[in-house]
Amino acid sequence: MPKTALADLVTKSVRTVALSTPIAAAGFMSAVLPASAQSELKVVPHADLRNVDPIWTTAYITRNHAYLVFDTLFALDENLEVQPQMAEGHEVSEDGLTYTITLRDGLTFHDGSDVTAEDVVASIERWGARDGMGQKLMDVTESLEAEDDKTVVLTLSEPYGLVLQSLGKISSNVPFIMPKRLAETDPNEQVEEIIGSGPFQFVADEWEPGNQVVYEKFEEYVPRDEPASYAAGGKVANVDRVEWRYIPDAATASQALLAGEVDYYEQPAVDLLPMIEADPTINVETVDPLGSQGVIRFNFKYPPFDDKRARQAALWAVEQADYMYSIMGDPEYFEEFCGAYFMCGGPYETDVGSEPLREKDLEKAKALLEESGYDGREVLILDPTDIPVAHGQSLVTAQALRDIGMNVRLVAMDWATMTSRRAVRDAPEDGGWNIFPTWWLAADQLNPITNISVAASGDDAWFGWPENEKIEELRDDFARETDPDTQMEIIEELQAELYDFVPYIPTGQYYQPTAFRDNVKGVLEAPVPFFWNISVE
Amino acid sequence: MYVYIIRRLVATIPIMALVAVFVFMLLHLSPGDPAVIIAGDFASEEQVNSIREALGLNDPLYVQFGGWMINLLQGDMGNSIYSGIPVTKLIGQRVEPTLMLTLCTMVIAISLAIPLGVIAAWKVGTWIDRVVMTFAVFGFSVPVFVIGYLLILGGSRALGWFPVQGYTSIFESVPGFLSHITLPALTLGAVYMALIARMTRATMLEVLNEDYVRTAYAKGLATRKVLTKHALKNAMVPISTTIGLGVALLIGGVVVTESVFAIPGLGRLTVDAVLRTDYPVIQGVILVFSFTYVLLNLAIDLTYVLFDPRIRY
Repeated sequence: MPKTALADLVTKSVRTVALSTPIAAAGFMSAVLPASAQSELKVVPHADLRNVDPIWTTAYITRNHAYLVFDTLFALDENLEVQPQMAEGHEVSEDGLTYTITLRDGLTFHDGSDVTAEDVVASIERWGARDGMGQKLMDVTESLEAEDDKTVVLTLSEPYGLVLQSLGKISSNVPFIMPKRLAETDPNEQVEEIIGSGPFQFVADEWEPGNQVVYEKFEEYVPRDEPASYAAGGKVANVDRVEWRYIPDAATASQALLAGEVDYYEQPAVDLLPMIEADPTINVETVDPLGSQGVIRFNFKYPPFDDKRARQAALWAVEQADYMYSIMGDPEYFEEFCGAYFMCGGPYETDVGSEPLREKDLEKAKALLEESGYDGREVLILDPTDIPVAHGQSLVTAQALRDIGMNVRLVAMDWATMTSRRAVRDAPEDGGWNIFPTWWLAADQLNPITNISVAASGDDAWFGWPENEKIEELRDDFARETDPDTQMEIIEELQAELYDFVPYIPTGQYYQPTAFRDNVKGVLEAPVPFFWNISVE
Repeated sequence: MYVYIIRRLVATIPIMALVAVFVFMLLHLSPGDPAVIIAGDFASEEQVNSIREALGLNDPLYVQFGGWMINLLQGDMGNSIYSGIPVTKLIGQRVEPTLMLTLCTMVIAISLAIPLGVIAAWKVGTWIDRVVMTFAVFGFSVPVFVIGYLLILGGSRALGWFPVQGYTSIFESVPGFLSHITLPALTLGAVYMALIARMTRATMLEVLNEDYVRTAYAKGLATRKVLTKHALKNAMVPISTTIGLGVALLIGGVVVTESVFAIPGLGRLTVDAVLRTDYPVIQGVILVFSFTYVLLNLAIDLTYVLFDPRIRY
């Protein structure tokens, strides 16, 4: 480990100089860290919080922020089952079309007002206008009304199997409950104020985008009695204050953690892990047991990937291990192979149809490519060099495609430029693209409704715009089906079709480690970093 | 001289107007669409469009520019596209760290570099000269972030004298401020120091060969007096120009230094805004930087009067 060796060398030589330098440092340092009776958790988040409205944006950082401030009607637990959170419970009519949800006692917004059924209705309507799963739910919703202060009645126009899964969705956009006056904001504009009913309140005055976000414990919050489990259970705030300190430089953030200036570092850079792990006072753990999925997406509008044989060729040409070693390095943090489009370890894990991904076969790939009529045209791969997870995938894909005789050009850019460019529907030579890399949290990929990269509704689909009627029918069947066994059968049929159609290459399942100091206790295992249940000793 | 100052100040108006036009046009002609970034992965075309509409990005460029200019003349730089916070407030939050970092850097750099340059010129060709110049070449060649990391490893981790990152306002706690600013100022100062030391040495060497210096020695003046009073004062005009121009160099270095030490200053604000194509913020910050630069140039021109009485405005 040359990095640590270098650090040691510098440390030792500086220490030698220091021994002969009579400067008292203790006084200096104590002035830096004011003593405080309040307990405080200092966190280095994975990104800067620039927008605070979790319905307006899908950014993970905004979702994480919103979990501190807002509460949800239902929530997912560690068995991936939906549990009531703000709801006391719910009843479903015999025909399965009417859901009556009752709110539990003691729910208060941070402005002091009570949470009512009207707030819930307005919040779900706003979420339903923006979120993919919310839109699906709204499509089958006949009415959503507040019967009285504590009762919400949802009436469906047809049976739908994912009502609770939608309302208890764990990842972006999460149906957070806001006061009605805020939830009535146009979903395409940001809310003016951040008032939730969650365990922490947002301190707007101390928010400095690009620097810090501050949350204070909300004393009136009444947690559920059950133990915390993922987003469900009792959300007990054990610290008075949570401070997010955005440190853009990975090396600096690691040093700040080692020096004890911060307590919790959400996503340390993988190449700096050996240095962090070497310190016995730091715990490095995979907090998200589901992990993430790497994604290589094709553009279905233009050759060569408008032909499924070209996409199949790519599938035979790549190997997940190559991707994983390039983006994570240490096999401790990734699965050797995961052939499930809906994630390994999830409720819909299956291996059906995954041979082309499991067994790399260049000859087969070349044959398929030839059959597709590939004419040697240039293939443009977008390459966001500032995001290691994406950059590594672009490089590995480029090499694999070159190996089967494709003419590949990597187009280097930053992530923000890529997010704009992937939306361009023009031909690759006119500013469009053929392939772009990305990744999703497993929590977003667990079923065919939330996993929008398998949607194949043509122009309405996610960037790349694939069109496949069979896939769409199976997704609809899955959503309507209420019997788990039949749902699994649908998943198997769907995955077989996915491996034939190849909407994207799942490049592997990996786990992002989190580092925190050993005085931080009660860190929950969950796909989202939650800050309740955590205490600082 | 007052007429001159007023004339120069008035001249900044067309300069700033030109800067404003250029910044606006370059930004809006470059690729990147904030509406798409905001809308995220799940949005439909219509949603992206309504966000674009809500942000006013669908208006023709001249309408957007006109609106921005009218607001600007009233002191309103608009709101950040992402956070919705007024740009003036964002800049206000960030001015102090950057200003203090730059000032401390200049104080450290100038107070060390000029004496070093003078000594190097005085002892030209000796080991002292070589050590100073080696140091200058090092400071000028090693990237700012490398110096930053080395100082963090040494000053913060090994010695534990300074915090690794962050910033404390001078109005909040003076010791806290000093401990936070020292390493960043040294980091940023390395390049600046190298530049000034080399310039000082070069101009001093020239001046030390002048007849009046020989005369000063001949009439028996002490070396210190000759160096500081006769030679250095005459060498100061090019040196102060270098100091002024070097500030432009500092602005580039500030961006890196603020990132390495996680200082919430204007440099970081700029980079973050550029990475997100947050138009109003980028425009605001660049205007502020340009205006500062124009004022700084004026200040340097005025200092010439102090060093050289022959210069009159």
